[in-house]
Amino acid sequence: MAAAAELKLLEKSLGLSKGNKYSAQGERQIPVLQTNNGPSLTGLLTIATHLVKQANKEHFLGSTAEEKAMIQQWLEYRVTRVDGHSNKENAHTLLKDLNSYLEDKVDLTGYNLTLADILLYYGLHRFIVDLTVQEKEKYLNVSRWFCHIQHYPGIRQHLSSVVFIKNRLYANSH
Amino acid sequence: MRLFVSEGAPGSLPVLVAAGRVEGRAELLISTVAPEECVVPFLTQPRLPVLQLDSGNYLFSTSAICRYFFLLSGWEPDDLTNQWLEWEATELQPALSAALHYLVIQGKKGEDVLGPLGRALTHIDHSLSRQNCPFLAGETESLADIVLWGALYPLLQDPAYLPEELGALRSWFQTLSTQEPCQRAAETVLKKQGVLALRPYLQKQPQPSPPEGRAVSNEPEEEELAVLSEEEIAAAVTAWEKGLEILPPPRPQQNPVLPVAGERNVLITSALPYVNNVPHLGNIIGCVLSADVFARYSRLRQWNTLYLCGTDEYGTATETKAMEEGLTPQEICDKYHVIHADIYHWFNISFDIFGRTTTPQQTKITQDIFQRLLTRGFILQDTVEQLRCERCARFLADRFVEGVCPFCGYEEARGDQCDKCGKLINAIELKKPQCKVCRSCPVVKSSQHLFLDLPKLEKRLEEWLGKTLPGNNWTPNARFIIRSWLRDGLKPRCITRDLKWGTPVPLEGFEDKVFYVWFDATIGYLSITANYTDQWERWWKNPEQVDLYQFMAKDNVPFHGLVFPCSALGAEDNYTLVKYLIATEYLNYEDGKFSKSRGVGVFGDMAQDTGIPADIWRFYLLYIRPEGQDSAFSWTDMLLKNNSELLNNLGNFINRAGMFVSKFFGGSVPEMLLTPDDQRLLAHITLELQHYHQLLEKVRIRDALRAILTVSRHGNQYIQVNEPWKRIKGSEADRQRAGTVTGVAVNIAALLSVMLQPYMPTVSATIQAQLQLPLPACSVLPTDFLCTLPAGHQIGTVSPLFQKLENDQIENLKQRFGGGQAKISPSLAVVETVTTAGPQQIQTLMEEVTKQGNIVRELKAQKADKNQVAAEVAQLLDLKKQLALAEGKPLETPKGKKKK
Repeated sequence: MAAAAELKLLEKSLGLSKGNKYSAQGERQIPVLQTNNGPSLTGLLTIATHLVKQANKEHFLGSTAEEKAMIQQWLEYRVTRVDGHSNKENAHTLLKDLNSYLEDKVDLTGYNLTLADILLYYGLHRFIVDLTVQEKEKYLNVSRWFCHIQHYPGIRQHLSSVVFIKNRLYANSH
Repeated sequence: MRLFVSEGAPGSLPVLVAAGRVEGRAELLISTVAPEECVVPFLTQPRLPVLQLDSGNYLFSTSAICRYFFLLSGWEPDDLTNQWLEWEATELQPALSAALHYLVIQGKKGEDVLGPLGRALTHIDHSLSRQNCPFLAGETESLADIVLWGALYPLLQDPAYLPEELGALRSWFQTLSTQEPCQRAAETVLKKQGVLALRPYLQKQPQPSPPEGRAVSNEPEEEELAVLSEEEIAAAVTAWEKGLEILPPPRPQQNPVLPVAGERNVLITSALPYVNNVPHLGNIIGCVLSADVFARYSRLRQWNTLYLCGTDEYGTATETKAMEEGLTPQEICDKYHVIHADIYHWFNISFDIFGRTTTPQQTKITQDIFQRLLTRGFILQDTVEQLRCERCARFLADRFVEGVCPFCGYEEARGDQCDKCGKLINAIELKKPQCKVCRSCPVVKSSQHLFLDLPKLEKRLEEWLGKTLPGNNWTPNARFIIRSWLRDGLKPRCITRDLKWGTPVPLEGFEDKVFYVWFDATIGYLSITANYTDQWERWWKNPEQVDLYQFMAKDNVPFHGLVFPCSALGAEDNYTLVKYLIATEYLNYEDGKFSKSRGVGVFGDMAQDTGIPADIWRFYLLYIRPEGQDSAFSWTDMLLKNNSELLNNLGNFINRAGMFVSKFFGGSVPEMLLTPDDQRLLAHITLELQHYHQLLEKVRIRDALRAILTVSRHGNQYIQVNEPWKRIKGSEADRQRAGTVTGVAVNIAALLSVMLQPYMPTVSATIQAQLQLPLPACSVLPTDFLCTLPAGHQIGTVSPLFQKLENDQIENLKQRFGGGQAKISPSLAVVETVTTAGPQQIQTLMEEVTKQGNIVRELKAQKADKNQVAAEVAQLLDLKKQLALAEGKPLETPKGKKKK
């Protein structure tokens, strides 16, 4: 997904009515937002964080120092690890790590939906739609989290809804 | 909190500087660990430094740790800092780790090291000088400065790597480097050894990949027209001009089809559908239809092709079904074999043979393979604990026993699997087991069984796989499944059962037993061929001359890719083994839950009653073929694809091309004088045709269908741009142009009719009849686009090919088949009918519904959080659905009739 398209999705899920215009910079097509009252902002996370503040939804950025740092860490993870790795092997290491991280989590940083959940969901979507039923079962915690986020009102929008099967098919199968 | 650092980890630099901020505010312990230590339990790769917080959470990102320290000291984040940190993570770090790797690990120097970093350093320099501030985010030093300084310090502390010309960068860097906290951190980490101090850490890190050029995207690639060379265009024109001449004569039909030396001999099997029930759409696309497309394609290539399938008839499911319907197993098989055959006939499946497994040949071949395995020492005997019904005086195999599921407590779990939780069960683990026949409680007794010694055959199997798999002729899921079985290690596999309905075991002491279907079902392909021709061994014991293609859903991969090859290799009788193993993923039905036994969906015989022609079903199922990933059948999507792809694209093009010939040229194909634009079009069509061939040779059936639609899109565009309907009324030159465009278009339509043949045989034949396409052109698909309808060729009567599907028609069908509530289990060989649940389960569900209803009411009364209410409501609806299903009621009308 192009970054500009992703930011459009985010705007909608934040309930921002007036859409911003984004330009893209360089060969990696990094998004740039020209703000009214200041310098332009560059980069998906920077703009996304700015949009959250614009929508007065600062709780999406965490309230305690710990939450704030955790959220930024997962945002960074999203743009470095998730976006950086296009090949399948890497994607599987990534899913494996996330799966084990999410074992005892509802949302990425605990019990509240944050910007990190939303952007990680957008970033992972292209991998998750391609998973087989068996892989979805293997990354059970990722699947559960992903399913949880995609059912959050207003987040998924036009992205395809990924089907997860509730009963296990492969456990003890051989 | 505890900070973990390691010798030589560059991230320690900024972290130690930032840690100065919390001195006196929080207790910070610092531990030094080895560079390869995995401190964070959930990360596969070691990452250091790591901060373990008092809550137990981990921060493993250097800039997140620094940010945390800054936040604790009361700092507030701002956009500019965020932007610098994002840039540091996405742009600077990849370049920097490459540079450090070259310098420290590979010992490179100078420009080799600085090269990847040049742009990043310039960016910092320009930003600093443009802002005219001493620091990155303003007048005072802040988080961004610390993080970037820390990242760059190991390299830039060597004056050789601090470029002279970047003045602003130099002064910023030097200002920071002279500060007390920075100096202290630098000494701790680099120990006055310079950048080489990072070596212990960097050499444990994977080699950084070169910074990526382009961001990846999951948007579909825009269809771009390929750039054609002059040679390609010339070749396309030459082939076009040769026309019908270069086509070989049609292959004479043979009976029986036998391999011919020196030809390509293609043997195609489709997984044998289990006889005891009606196949559904998932079974149909999973094997028979997929294999049919390939068989038809193979015949169009003039390959010597034999396509066989049949019903798999032995086993417990048949015996149980027979008991249910009050028939003998043989009667059940006879009854359902005909049902299967009729359905596949309706779907136009072009089997050369559609046989069955309950034949004397099956017994003969199975027993022969078994005897050979036995004499070669690949059969083991062992005792198995099994349930035995004393009253019926027999061991209760799999489905002859029911009881309470040991995992979820479901009351009516079967002996092999629980329908509620889906787990596989060992029958003796069932609680309160009951004999399905007489309802008495069985006892555990031991019974002797035979096992195929797979571990002993593993070496031969690996050797064979080593030759077969590298050809990339198996679908990736099949390779993956086989590899994971091998990785887990093969175990001896039980091949006998205490049943009557099966192939008898020819061994003393085993007279009461039969072979388990897993051992003998795959032998069915051989026996079905043997019933077709007494020369069956020319197909099945001829690996040098025969290419065996086997189609199945992925759950069948272990038997075709592993168990049968092991039997065949162990039997040492030169069997033909699978060369192309084509496995599909699962097809879901609408967006309901996947349910094996309570499945509602479209079954083969019902498809006929919808009024939608078989070819439309074929088209849509192939369009959504679960190739490489799961897919879902959706009524609305079917309507959409029919109306957009078939009606508006394909049908519209072919019909227009034909109509122009009839209306403007009296049904006679006009003269064609090709312009350079036309020639380029020929080359584009040729390219797409070759793409189609490449895809089908790799059995990528769904993708090849897209190629057909692309050809027709090219055609539509060609007509649209050239407007023959206008030109026909114009000058002589215009009329000639109209003739050329019409002639080329109708030839594209003729090509499409042949490309379409594997997918929609009836539609293909209709087009060919309308265009009066000469016979040789109908039965062969060459790799070039030929002019098969030359000027002067008389076409027949043209009429529309497809009908629009209407919304209300689809809505009705959706209601009828329970779209949205249920899914079909596509690839499971066994499909259960919908059974209604016991009264006890219904009682439990009713209680749960009441309970959940109260929870929802309470929440609503308390004006609880919307999301929470929504979640509980969803759960309530789900329970109601389960209850309706359990009571056997249709979901729309609470007082409806019972489902069968």
